[in-house]
Formats: sequence, structure tokens, C-alpha cells
Amino acid sequence: MLSILRTIWTVFRHGFARRFTVQYPEQKRTYSPRWRGRIILSRDPDGQERCVACHLCSAVCPVDCIAIQAAEGPDGRRYPEFFRINFSRCIFCGFCEEACPTCAIQLTPDAEMAEPIRQSLVYEKEDLLISGPGKVPGYNFYRRAGLEIAGQAKGEGENQKPPVDPKTLLP
Amino acid sequence: MKIYIENRRFDLTDPSVNLLEACLSLGFDVPYFCWHPVLRSVGACRQCAVKVFKDEADTRGRIVMSCMTAPAEGMRVSVNDDEAREFRAKVIEWLMLNHPHDCPICDEGGECHLQDVTVMAGHVRRQSRFPKRTHRNQDLGPLVNHEMNRCIQCYRCVRFYADYAGGRDVGVQGCHDGVYFGRPSPGPLESEFSGNLVEVCPTGVFTDKSLKRHYTRKWDLQTAPSVCVHCGLGCNTFPGQRYGTLRRVRTRYHREVNGYFLCDRGRYGYEFVNSPRRILQALLRQGDNALAQVSAEEAIRLAKSLLSSGKCIGLGSPRATLESNFALRTLVSPSRFFHPLAVSQHLLSGSSLSLLRRFPLASLRDVSQSTAVFLLGEDVSNTAPLLALALRQAAVRAPRLAKAALLKIPAWHEAALRTAVQEEKGPFFLAATGPTRLDDLAAAPYRAAPGDLAALGFAVAHALDPAAPAVPNLPPAAAELAERIAASLKSAAAPLIVSGPSCGSEALLHAAANVAAALGKTNPQARLCLTAPECNSVGLALLPGGNLADVLRALRDGSADTLIVLESDLYRHADAALVDEIFTAAKHVIVIDSLANATTARAELVLPAATFAESSGTLVNNEGRAQRSYAVCPPKAPVQESWRWLTALTPNVSWPRWEDILAAMAVSSGDFRDVTTLGPAADFRLVGQKIPRQPHRYSGRTAMTAHIDVREPAPAADLDTPLAFSMEGSPLNPPGPLIPRYWSPRWNSDQGVHKFQIEVAGPLQGGDPGKRIIEPSSEPAGYFAPTPPASEGDGEILFTPAWHVFGSEELSVHSPGIAELAPRPYVALGPVDAGRLGVRDGAPVTVTLAGRTLALPARILEAIPPGAAALPAALADLPFFSLPARGSVSLAAPAAPEGRP
Ligand code: SF4
Ligand code: SF4
Ligand code: SF4
Ligand code: SF4
Ligand code: FES
Repeated sequence: MLSILRTIWTVFRHGFARRFTVQYPEQKRTYSPRWRGRIILSRDPDGQERCVACHLCSAVCPVDCIAIQAAEGPDGRRYPEFFRINFSRCIFCGFCEEACPTCAIQLTPDAEMAEPIRQSLVYEKEDLLISGPGKVPGYNFYRRAGLEIAGQAKGEGENQKPPVDPKTLLP
Repeated sequence: MKIYIENRRFDLTDPSVNLLEACLSLGFDVPYFCWHPVLRSVGACRQCAVKVFKDEADTRGRIVMSCMTAPAEGMRVSVNDDEAREFRAKVIEWLMLNHPHDCPICDEGGECHLQDVTVMAGHVRRQSRFPKRTHRNQDLGPLVNHEMNRCIQCYRCVRFYADYAGGRDVGVQGCHDGVYFGRPSPGPLESEFSGNLVEVCPTGVFTDKSLKRHYTRKWDLQTAPSVCVHCGLGCNTFPGQRYGTLRRVRTRYHREVNGYFLCDRGRYGYEFVNSPRRILQALLRQGDNALAQVSAEEAIRLAKSLLSSGKCIGLGSPRATLESNFALRTLVSPSRFFHPLAVSQHLLSGSSLSLLRRFPLASLRDVSQSTAVFLLGEDVSNTAPLLALALRQAAVRAPRLAKAALLKIPAWHEAALRTAVQEEKGPFFLAATGPTRLDDLAAAPYRAAPGDLAALGFAVAHALDPAAPAVPNLPPAAAELAERIAASLKSAAAPLIVSGPSCGSEALLHAAANVAAALGKTNPQARLCLTAPECNSVGLALLPGGNLADVLRALRDGSADTLIVLESDLYRHADAALVDEIFTAAKHVIVIDSLANATTARAELVLPAATFAESSGTLVNNEGRAQRSYAVCPPKAPVQESWRWLTALTPNVSWPRWEDILAAMAVSSGDFRDVTTLGPAADFRLVGQKIPRQPHRYSGRTAMTAHIDVREPAPAADLDTPLAFSMEGSPLNPPGPLIPRYWSPRWNSDQGVHKFQIEVAGPLQGGDPGKRIIEPSSEPAGYFAPTPPASEGDGEILFTPAWHVFGSEELSVHSPGIAELAPRPYVALGPVDAGRLGVRDGAPVTVTLAGRTLALPARILEAIPPGAAALPAALADLPFFSLPARGSVSLAAPAAPEGRP
């Protein structure tokens, strides 16, 4: 008898408690930047595509939903000829972001990706590429990689010595 | 010999190995860079340190380089000793000081020995803050890419390229921390083995340039055990496929055949599979002479109606599988099966086979272990490249063995042996019609026309055994040389005679046979090695049939009216006039092939054939070794294996699976007894599972076709083999013939091949692939009588064929890299004739040969004997000539101002 009354009282008290339910979609919340939502491809500080088509994200992806083909431009930079993510398979684990050596692929706090047709969840590079560096502002892979690209000859990158002259025997 | 590793006792069966090899064979992962299973030890990298203890009581021990230490009785070794581990971690840290850390854009990434060793040795964090050394790269031509920043100075590249393969244009330059590995100046690599740098270099300095154009990581490639189709040696390969195109070819180890290497034709020739000339649909010739696409069912119905006359002739192919040739022979009946060869080539193919049946044959491994060589007439660098590589090792073998015994140098101590031997060469005799890339091995190469080379061979046989017929009227110089060759071959423990059909001379083959017979009488170790022109030339020869002249005869006398041509371009095998006559005489022509060519252009019906990449089949190499090549990917319908097309046309025959046709072959002839057991049967399972062609890290499975349809297609079924077109399957190491790639935990690079071998450089676990199906007869071999050199045609110049590793093979020239390296047509003259005719190098000349006149630029080559000229053989831009033949050369008229004719 006592326990029944206590239950009724508890239920009654909750009728006046603070409400936590969010009236989505009318009411939107901001997610933490670390939220693992819609995936984007970012650009480096000089506006060039960051992804170098290294295939690490695609290899680490547990559901194998990233398909890439590498290509090389006349400027010596490697880039993905196509970069496809099948979001109908993606589990938003964030492994791809963790694996990416160039900070190109990033998960964003955008969770609103539902589509009535599954085929629309297949994103190509044009759908993924954004115009800025995303969460990692400064990093520029090609400044450090020691590779010769248009506008940066051998030895002109960060922390590099000028190229060796193999014909000299001077110490 | 017993040694203790980590306090466990092991018995070394072969004490002639070094400690590193012993550890690797026993399954201990010792990191290394400069040691290589073939190039052996030089002790340059210091990465292979282990600790060795005097005895049980010794607790301090000392660090040694395992690759430079011989195991000793009772030796106690620790790989995991703390001090040794720390030492190795420091070594890799220091080797990585200047490394650019550009793995994401490095083509070696994911199969890089440097990555593997860095992880294995435990270097995880870079501490150095100093600027890194950089290097300028060189353009090394269309095959190999150069990125010198990544070098760790292990010296493997020069050791392979210059020391092992005899290349002259790659060396080490510079000094201290700036040593540079490359050419004196940028330019295409000259050696036909340059592609091996890609595999020999443990880092990404040298990478595959053809792969770069459609780059794919190793973990994304679907691979299968395959066999090279670009010459008769049958080197074992791993082709890799991704997104429906072939991406690259890597070496598949076979102890007896190619070992750890491939030639550039075999490595880079694969791109013909992706060629725009591929025939992908069944095609029917229309009234207006254009070819129109027809469905596979329609094509089969049409073909059956064309064949209904019952007067059909089948032309087999030296580059099609045994299965396809057998299916054709079954369809048309054995008496109507022919070889697509001109009379002379047909004769040579038959004689070669009869020699293969008579003599003990050398595998490439036997070749490299022979101690005296007589190379008679064959330009092996261009017709059978890996044989040239093996011969190069044979040339230094005798002095190496002698020095090793004299100075007590172990066989693995490459640095000491090379220093001891210097430039010394063993007995190596070379007789050729022109210059070869093995000339540097022979003291004095003998140059003559094919007939005179044969005479030399006959004389050698006579000098070895007086019972062998003598050669009348031999020039004294040749007679003296023959005596010297005979004496040297006679005293050698493992003499070898090498020849082949590429000179076009049957007498030459007979001469080689006489030498082999004479040697064999006294020395059971004597071996014969013959080259074969194409990947299944020997297989075709095992299915007897007439030549192209016989075909024309049969078409003319009305006993035949329809022709089925299997995977061959007849215009490459015989004079165009003869082939034209054949096509004119035939009422109907059906061609089954994979690339459009001059023969498909004459066909009424063309059926699309699968290439080696899309079909499984058996090929027989130059030494009669039958090997299985497995499909890398399924063919895209209507493309299918030629034997499947042919079976569909054959009444009362049903071979739905590969096994069925193999079983039919096995009972058809004693030669094919073993074709069913060359590899595990189709129902073979490894712990209940198939063997995956895709690595377990294969990526993009749910995205690669998602742009077409978001639902993933089921992987194609493979009912023919124990391999699956999928990443699902057994993770265990499959038996030798079924290994689809080399990968094991911690060994992502192909260096991990030792995980698949019984011991380092030993046989594969579960058996080596393939089997010799031709065994030498036990009867004593008789002698051929020397035949005087026959000369076809008239004219003062004898034309001999000059073969080109890049250019003389039909399929590989469809690879852009190979096409770029192929020569333009030319005619080569010796200095004497050039002087007589007033021809300068590069001058345009007119060649009159076999009723044709050709305008060609002249090349003047020191090594062409007087009265001879060399014409590139089987070049796409030159018509077929049956060489050797006589003709004439004259200075081209228009350039001469005096108005000579
Ligand atoms: S978030 Fe996870 S599942 Fe999605 S693409 Fe990245 S790795 Fe694959
Ligand atoms: S890991 Fe990064 S750089 Fe590499 S392919 Fe993926 S997105 Fe591109
Ligand atoms: S280029 Fe490669 S093989 Fe040559 S020394 Fe450098 S790392 Fe070794
Ligand atoms: S030697 Fe012949 S079989 Fe071997 S890789 Fe070269 S072309 Fe292929
Ligand atoms: S592998 Fe032993 S020193 Fe290099």
C-alpha cells in the first residue's frame, strides 16, 4: 500500500521536473566539433586538395565503404581521381580520420544525412570536398614530404637541406 | 650442426648458410636490409644485429651482424636480447634520419621493407630535429621511377644491377652521407632487368612506372599465381588487378625457373590486356566489310553453321594454352590440326622437341650452376632474357668456387668473394651471328653466319668424341677454337650447351645436340638448354600438326574449306603472300583472339578470347615444364577462354569445368599424363575454405561499384580452381602452386617470401609449382651429320634475324613502356660491307630480300661478320621474312647527288 502511494507521488513529481527532450527538428542543438558525422575532404592552407590518395582511410575502413583511385597531376601532386564514400555502409567510426596522414578526411558535426533513396547516400569527391582546411588549419603535407612539385623544387620544403651534388667528393 | 636460438635447440641441415639465413629459415624475424637471398651478404646496413654467447655460462655475450656470421657448433644466439634489440632500434633510427617520411605518396607504401623493418625494429618516434638531406631525381625512362630521398644506402641496387645483372649504367656516386644511386646522367636504364630494382630496393627509391599511371596499393590488388606469356621460359608471376584493369606484374618465386627475378618484358608487357585493341565482343563481317557486334549465342550458332561442311581446318597457337590447343584439335580432329608456322619455323619447332626428348635439360637454376658454358648461336638476352641472367651467374661460377675453396670464403660472403674473384670469368664460349649483351663474359666471342656457327658446333662435338662426325674444310681458326671449347667443356664438372631456334638454322640445333650427346657420354652432369620462341611453343609441338604450306595445300585440293585460327596472327609467322593465299583459298575464316590484328582483319567471324589474366590454363616452357597459370579476374562476358568457345562448337563434348578438359587431355596422350596433378584439384580447401585472391585488407568492397548500384554484387564464382575472387577464405599459407601473393604478419613486402619457403631460397612449402612432362630418353643419343649451310635466295649478303627484347614479341609491344623502348626498323651491317658499299651509320639504304624492297636506315655494328647483315626480327613495323636468307643492300638512291641508281 505504502509503495503504491510512493510510486504515484514519484510519477506526479516528475510531471513538474525539468524537461530534457529536445524538440528536434524544430529545435537544433550544436554538437561538439569532435562529433563523428558527415565526412568531408578538406583543403590545405594554399587551397589545394589535401588528399594524396594514399588509400589508408580505405584500408582501415571496417566496412570497406571508401573507394579511391590515385592519379598524379602535371604539377607532381598526387590526388584522388575519384573518391567515393558509400554512406549507406559507413558506421561513422572515425577510423578513416584517424588513419589519414594528411588530415584530409575529417568527420564533421553534421548528423542530418538521411535520404529516402539509398543510392543518394553514395557521395563522390565533388560532394565531399570543402573549400577550407576544416578542423586542422595549418597542416600542409607537401611542405614536408620532400617531393618535387610545381612551385617547390627539391630541398625547398620545410626543414630540408639543398639537394646533394653527387659529383663532388668534398667533405 | 646444432645451434641454440633463444635457448631452444635447432639442428641446421645446411651449415653453409649464415646466421641470418638460419634464423629466417627457422622462423625468427630478424630485420635486415642489405642481405638478399640471392645477392647474399655484404654487411652494409648493420640492421641484422643479434647477440651471440660463447656457452651457457656466458651471460654478457657480444653483438654480431648475423648476416656476416657463420653458425658454429653449439653456438647460442639471442635475437630478442634487450641489448640487441636496442642496437637494432638505434640503427633504424639513424638510417631514417634523412628519410622524407613521404609514405602516403610513395608507391612502395604498404609493401615496403623499410616500413616493415622500422616497425619490427621498434623505431616509433623521430627525435632528430635537424634538416633532412635531399637529392635530385633522374628520369630513368618509361619503366622505373626514381625518388632518391628515400634511400637508406643498403647498396642492393648496384649489387643487383651492376654486379649481378651486368648493367653498366647504374652505380654509386658521391660520398659520406650524400651517396647517390643512379645513372651518370638521366636517361632510360639500359639493362633489360631494370624492373627488378623495384623489388630489390627495400625502399621506394625505385618504383614501377607503369603502376604509377594507375596506382594501386598492394593490399588493393586482386592477384593470382600466373605464368609469363612473353617468352618461352615460363617465369612465374603475380599479376595484380583492380577496377577491371591489370595494374602490374610482380615476381613469383620459383626455385627452378626464374628464382627471384623477372625481365622487363615480362614485368611490363602486361598492359596489352588493357589495350584499346582488345576484342571484347563477338564480331561478324557484314556485306560492307565492316565488323558488327553479334551476341555470343548468335556467334556460336553462326560458327556451327560455318563448320557444318565438316571440311574445317584448325590452326593452333604457340601462345595459347594447352587446353585451347587441345580443344581445337578435338573440334577439328587431330588430322586437321595444324601449326601456324612457316615451313622453316615448323621444322625448327619439331627438331627442338625431338632434342628435348633426348637430352637431360637444364632448368634456369641448373644453368646458373653450370661451370662451363658453350652458347651456340642464340642471342639469349633478347629471346629468353632470364636465361641470359642465369648464364651471367654461370660465367663467374667456376672462379668463385675455386676462390671460395682456396681462401675458405663461405658462399654467402658476397663482399669477400667478389673482391677475391674481381673480373675473372670461368669458361664461357659464345658463338653468335652478331653482337650480344653477353659479349663481356666471353674471352673472344666467335662471330659467323648460322651455317658456320653450326660447323663450329659439329667440330666441338667431334673434338669431344671422335665418333661424332667431323667437319670437312673447317677454317683453322674455327678448328683451333673448337679444340679449346671441347677441352674446356670436357674438364668441367657441370658443362652446359645453350642453343635455340632463333637463328632459323636447324643445323645449329643438330650441332648443339651433337655436343650434348658427346658430353653426355662421359659426364652425366652435362646439360642442354634450348630456348623456345613463345610461351607455349613446346606445348603446341606436343600436339603434332602440319605447317602453313600444308594448310594451303589442303585448302587448294578441296579437302578443306573453313579455317579456325586460334590466338595467332599468321602474318607474324609466315610470308604475307602465303597467308594472303590461305585466306583467299579459305571459304570461311573464324578467328579466336584477344587483340585485333592483321589476321582478325581477314576473319569472317571473330570470337573474343580471354587473355592470361582472365583465364586459367597450362603452359609448357622451353624445358618441357608444364605450369598452371590461374585467372586473376573473371572474363567479362562474352569474352571467355578460347577452349570454352571451342568446346561450345564441338558436338558430343561437354567440359563445363577446367578439370574436365584436363581429365580429357590426360587420357589423350602419354605426354599429358600429369596435367591433372600440376596443382591442387578444384575442390581443394584449406581448412574448409577457398584461397582468397584478394588480401584481407582489400578496400572499397562496398563502394567500388556503388556509383552504378548501391547494392554490392556477389563475388564471381570460380568453379575451376581452389581460388576465390573474394577477400573471404583461408588466411593460412596455401601450398606452393596456389600462393596468390606474399604476405604474412609483419612481412607486408615481398621480402616475406621466405615465410612460404621451406628454407631461405629453398623449395616452396607444399611443393614447387609445375612439373616437367618431357623426360629425357635413356637410350644413348646418336649423332647428326653436319649439313652444309643451305642458303635461300641469291645476293651477296646473308640476312640473319636480330631479336629485340622490346619489340620482337607480339603482345608486349602493346604496353606503352615497351613500345617506347622498341627499336625502329633498321638494317645492321658490319664495318667491312658498310665500307665496301659506302654506307655510313644512319644512312638510308635499300634492302632487296625475298622479292621485296625495303628502305631502311643502316646501323653499323662492329660485331657483324663480313658478308652478313642483321634485320630486326618480328618487329611490328617490318614484314615477316624467313631468315637466314640471301639478298642485297645498296645505298638509297635519292640522297646521292651523283645520281647513282
Ligand atoms: S567513419 Fe569508419 S566506416 Fe565510415 S568511412 Fe570512415 S572508416 Fe569507414
Ligand atoms: S587517408 Fe587521407 S590522404 Fe589518404 S586517401 Fe584517405 S583521405 Fe586521402
Ligand atoms: S636506392 Fe634502394 S637499393 Fe639502392 S642503396 Fe638506396 S635503398 Fe638500397
Ligand atoms: S624471361 Fe621470358 S618468361 Fe621470364 S619474365 Fe622475361 S619474357 Fe617472361
Ligand atoms: S643485413 Fe646484415 S648488415 Fe645488412
